[in-house]
Amino acid sequence: MEDLLREYLPIVIFLGLAIALGAILILAAVIVAVRNPDPEKVSAYECGFNAFDDARMKFDVRFYLVSILFIIFDLEVAFLFPWAVAFQDISMVGFWSMMVFLGVLTIGFAYEWKKGALEWE
Amino acid sequence: MITADIQTVLPEILLSVYAMIALIFAVYTGKDKVAPLLTTLTGIVFLVLAGWIGLNGSGTSSVFDGAFVSDAFSRFAKVTVLVAAAAVLVMSQDYMSRRGLLRFEYPVLVALAVVGMMVMVSAGDLMALYMGLELQSLALYVVASLRRDSVKSTEAGLKYFVLGALSSGLLLYGASLTYGFAGTTLFSGILEAANEEVSLGLLFGLVFLMSGFAFKVSAAPFHMWTPDVYEGAPTPVTAFFATAPKVAAMGLFARVVHDAFGGVTGDWQQIVAFLSVLSMFVGAVAAIGQTNIKRLMAYSSIAHMGFALMGLAAGTAFGVQSMLIYMVIYVTMNVGTFAFILAMEKDGRPVTDIAALKMYSKREPLRALAMLVLLFSLAGVPPMIGFFGKFYVLRAAYDAGLAWLAIAGVVASVIGAFYYLRIVYFMYFGEETDALDGKMTPVLWTMLMGSAAIMIVGVVNLFGIEPIAAAAAGALVN
Repeated sequence: MEDLLREYLPIVIFLGLAIALGAILILAAVIVAVRNPDPEKVSAYECGFNAFDDARMKFDVRFYLVSILFIIFDLEVAFLFPWAVAFQDISMVGFWSMMVFLGVLTIGFAYEWKKGALEWE
Repeated sequence: MITADIQTVLPEILLSVYAMIALIFAVYTGKDKVAPLLTTLTGIVFLVLAGWIGLNGSGTSSVFDGAFVSDAFSRFAKVTVLVAAAAVLVMSQDYMSRRGLLRFEYPVLVALAVVGMMVMVSAGDLMALYMGLELQSLALYVVASLRRDSVKSTEAGLKYFVLGALSSGLLLYGASLTYGFAGTTLFSGILEAANEEVSLGLLFGLVFLMSGFAFKVSAAPFHMWTPDVYEGAPTPVTAFFATAPKVAAMGLFARVVHDAFGGVTGDWQQIVAFLSVLSMFVGAVAAIGQTNIKRLMAYSSIAHMGFALMGLAAGTAFGVQSMLIYMVIYVTMNVGTFAFILAMEKDGRPVTDIAALKMYSKREPLRALAMLVLLFSLAGVPPMIGFFGKFYVLRAAYDAGLAWLAIAGVVASVIGAFYYLRIVYFMYFGEETDALDGKMTPVLWTMLMGSAAIMIVGVVNLFGIEPIAAAAAGALVN
């Protein structure tokens, strides 16, 4: 138990350093920084213009849909990559497992396509 | 070797393939127009699979290097899950299509959730366990917020998702600790590592794992999502939540504590007993103030999970047997009760206030009588089989030297009887109010009457479930 915990010592030190550094940076800004606000300074920054609009505008929910659908294929690549790298060493079971996985993913893709999730308007 | 592996998981594979074909078929043809057909078909597929698993399977086989176990216990749980899911699907069809909720994704998601549950109860490895649990949960999160334009339904889905994610996190943390200290994710390996003496790290892993399971079976103190989700979700979905996933999660719970931590019964026994006592009392006391019947059923299910956990807390084969019997009885009662709740309507709109049931017996004497039988059974009044379910778990706890737990259970069940009897009181006494609609579809009527009849007829020999449950428990505990 003792030995095992000792192995984690670097992580504890790292955690301590990270917390300390984070705290120092935030506190330094509070203590050292010059604070002299005026309305122009605290207003929302819009490159070169006066602010058009409130910053908290509503996003179209379709952005989220697209990003979620993107993540699926992102993950697919994350799975495919180690599979491809180790292709020489894996058995036929490994090969066909990936084919099944891709097949299932394709079914999901066909569904979202037909369902109209990829159409913007 | 791979052929044998695939043969063992064939039911799960077939069901997943069915779900995918159904999805593609529906989206390429009539979309929501084929939803009623798919719902019925999915129910039939469930029943066929249940029959196949129940009649065909024998012996114990451990495949995929031990990650997947098919034994009498998993078969018992799978048949219960499949039949319960089929019953709820068939019941939900009319309710959902009248409200425009019957999308073709609904039966597909339920089918996928059931695949997850089947993997859960067959898991022989922490990874298989997590995979099954997540497949089940992800499908259920979506189903909970099926009524997308209702604030309550989306709230239910979101709440379920956030708290479910938290519980998955707890469970994963426990799994990682267990893996770290046992050196393997296989239950058989963990059983060797956790024999007699259990290291502190492994104990932490066990506790976190069990917290995750307690979330999934909605045992107190991890029950807070249950009332809101039950209330917000469409009623057929609530009926589904209250039945199949509970059986699967309870099966998983039993599987892990016995298969992986069977050598250190004393260590998890206290935790399970604690969860059990707390659930029974929270369920019994908190339900008293409820006027919404769906919330009431949520607390009722919390209390019932407490009783089922009491069987598990015994830590013996008889304890597991009593838990399995309890779960089957619980599911049967809930199917009947929800058939009644699904038919509670006024001018075609669902009513969930229990005060609407005042003097119900005058207008619908037969249905009121069936509900009375079911409520007495839920409360555990002697002539109904609900009593025998409680009797089994109490005896298991008493035999295992947990007399205090059994006594607490009796006290909690007396407290709990109050709110069941209050509904009976409303139905038979009290002043008249606006009448509920008298309509009830033949499917719901059959489910309600069938379930109520089982409550009485089952007293004879519990339909011979006892030896099957004993065999299932024997396969798990040795």
